Amino acid sequence: MSKIPATLFDKVWDSHAVRKIEDGPDVLFIDRHFIHEVTSPVAFLGLENRGLSVMFPEKTFATADHNTPTINQHLPVQDPLSANQLKALESNTAKYGISHWGLGNPRNGIVHVVGPENGITLPGMTIVCGDSHTSTHGAFGAIAFGIGTSEVEMVLSSQCIMQQKPKKMRITVTGTTGKGITPKDVTLYIISQLTAAGATGYFVEYAGEVFEQMSMEGRMTVCNMSIEMGARGGIIAPDDTTFAYIKGREKAPQGAAWDNAVAYWKTLKTEEGATFDKEYTFNAADIEPMITYGTNPGMGMGITQRIPVAQEAGGSAASYEKSLQYMGFQEQEPMLGKKVDYVFIGSCTNGRIEDFRAFASIVKGRQKAAGVTAWIVPGSHIVEQQIREEGILDILTAAGFELRQPGCSACLAMNDDKVPAGKYAVSTSNRNFEGRQGPGSRTMLASPLVAAAAAVTGVVTDPRELI
Amino acid sequence: MAYDKFTVLKSTAVPMPIENVDTDQIIPARFLKATERKGFGDNLFRDWRYNADGSPKNDFVLNNPIYSGKILVGGKNFGSGSSREHAAWAIYDYGFRCVVSSFFADIFKNNSLNIGILPVQVSPEFLHKIFTAIESNPTAELVVDLPAQTITISATGESETFDINSYKKHNMTNGYDDIDYLQAMKEDIKTFATKSMY
Repeated sequence: MSKIPATLFDKVWDSHAVRKIEDGPDVLFIDRHFIHEVTSPVAFLGLENRGLSVMFPEKTFATADHNTPTINQHLPVQDPLSANQLKALESNTAKYGISHWGLGNPRNGIVHVVGPENGITLPGMTIVCGDSHTSTHGAFGAIAFGIGTSEVEMVLSSQCIMQQKPKKMRITVTGTTGKGITPKDVTLYIISQLTAAGATGYFVEYAGEVFEQMSMEGRMTVCNMSIEMGARGGIIAPDDTTFAYIKGREKAPQGAAWDNAVAYWKTLKTEEGATFDKEYTFNAADIEPMITYGTNPGMGMGITQRIPVAQEAGGSAASYEKSLQYMGFQEQEPMLGKKVDYVFIGSCTNGRIEDFRAFASIVKGRQKAAGVTAWIVPGSHIVEQQIREEGILDILTAAGFELRQPGCSACLAMNDDKVPAGKYAVSTSNRNFEGRQGPGSRTMLASPLVAAAAAVTGVVTDPRELI
Repeated sequence: MAYDKFTVLKSTAVPMPIENVDTDQIIPARFLKATERKGFGDNLFRDWRYNADGSPKNDFVLNNPIYSGKILVGGKNFGSGSSREHAAWAIYDYGFRCVVSSFFADIFKNNSLNIGILPVQVSPEFLHKIFTAIESNPTAELVVDLPAQTITISATGESETFDINSYKKHNMTNGYDDIDYLQAMKEDIKTFATKSMY
C-alpha cells in the first residue's frame, strides 16, 4: 500500500501531537512561546492560584510592545496602568527565568518582528503567542497561531495546548505581480475575494510563483494577514530564501546543527498529490494596489475602482450600510482623491525594513503634505538601526517626516498614538475595525507605497503615478 | 481557571443581529490594561454602548431595558479579529453564559469554551427564527441543553441540535478545564520533549 501524500501542514502538526483524543482535540507540543505585557499577566496569576510553575522557561520569550510609548522610551511610562503591565511582565519573567526584552533593550520590538529577526522562529516549529497575528511566523514553514490567555497559561504550565486540528486550504497565486504591487496588496486582494470569514476553520498554505519569488518580509506580511480572513494561520514552505534569511541570526542553529536542520527543513513541503479541503487559485495580473473602504479587512478594493454596492459585497445589507456609514462613504464612490488626515506605517504587518524602503522610495525628493500627521514606527530597534544605516532616515527627514521608536503603536492604539474621532487614516496595519486606531477613527488599510503616496499628496493616490 | 458547571440553561436572550462583531467592539484595546481578570463587563461593547462623554447610547440593545438574560444572540462571524480573551471575560463578567450565532471565529470560540461560556452554532435559518422570536416577544425564553446538545425556542417548541466534541462537553458539564487535563499527562509531555530538535 502506498503512503498517502502529506501536506506541509500535516507534517508539522502530526509531528507535534503528543496525544490525539478521540472525539476531542489534539494535545499539541509547542516549540516556541512568545509573550507580551497585555495577554500574559492573568496567565501568570492563574499559575500562582493553582500553585503551578513554568515547565520549560527556555522555550518562552517575552517582549514589551503592545502598550509602549513610541517617543521618549527612556523616560518612565506615564500611564500608570501601562506602566503596571510592563512591570508585571518584568517581574513575572524574572520570577520564572524567562528571557525578557523589555523597553530599552536593544532587541526590543514587536513580538512578530523580533522573533524572526533574532532567529527564534525556525521552520518546522509550532509557535504560539497570545496575539492573533502570530500567524506571521508561518512564513518560515512553521505552524504559528494566536491563542487566548487561558491557553498562555496552558503553555507556560505544560508546554502544550489542546487544539482541534483545523481543515486545510491552499491558496495559489500564479504569474507575477505588476509595478507597484506589494505583498500587502496580494493579501488584501485575497481577503477581499474570500471575505473576513472566508477561511475560518482552516489553516492556509500559500503556494505559487508569487510567494516563491517573495522575500521573507513579504511572506511575513501575507501570513500575518491570514487571520483577517478568519484562518487559524498561514504557512509557506521553507526554501533557499528562508534558509538565507535565517543563517547567522543570533539564535539560529550553527555548524553541524545548522546542516542537520537544513536537511530536515528541506523535507517540509507539500507532496505531489496531497489533498486540501478547499483550494483557490488567483492570477497575480488581476491584482492592483489595494485599499479598504469599510470596517473589516475583507472590505477591500483595487485603488482605481469604485466602492461596491451592498449586493455585490455579499453579507447582510444592514451590516454593510452600518459599515459605510461609520466610514462616511457612499456606494459607487471612487476612493481616489479622498482626504487623508493621518498616515501610519509600522506594525507586525508592515514594520520591517523592506516596508520602510518602499515608503522612502516614494517620499524621496517630495514633501509631506501639509495637514497630514504621519507616524513612522519601526517594528524593532534592529529595524530602526537599519533605517538609519541605509540612509532612509535622511530621506524621511528631508521630506519632513519624523521617525518614532518601536512598538505596536497606532495599529491598536493602546498607547497615545490614537487617531482622533472622525479622522481618516491610511494605515499599513492589519485591521480597519470601528475604533481600532482610536475611538471614532476611520481606517483605510493599504500598502507602504499607498501610505507614502497619501502622505505626500494628502489624498488617496495611486502610487504607480509616483513611481 | 476551572469554571461553573454548565448543563441546562433556560433564559431570555439579548438580540444583536449584526454580522462580523469583532473583539475590538466587544472590548476595545484601551481597556486591556488590567493585570487581573475583573471588571471587564463594565466596558463590554463600550463604544457601541456609551457616548464619548460616558452617557449611554439609547439605541444600543444592552441599554434597552426590555432585553435581558444570560444568552447573547449575535450575527454571523461573531468574535472575529484579535485573540484577546478579555472579550470572552467581558461577556462572562456582564452575566452571559452562552453566545448563539450562525458562525463563530475560531479563537473566540476556543476562548469561550476555556472560561465556561458555551458557544452555540446554529443554522442561519434557525438564527433568523430566534431573532424573530425575541424581537416579537422580549420575554421569549431559549433552552440550551448541553447534555442533549439542543437549543429550543420555548414558545414555539422549535429546536435544533448543535455540535460540541465529547471532550469539551464532558469538561463543561463537570467544570473541568484543559489545564486540569494537561497537568495529569505531564510525564508523557516530558518524554515527548526529549525528542524535540528545538
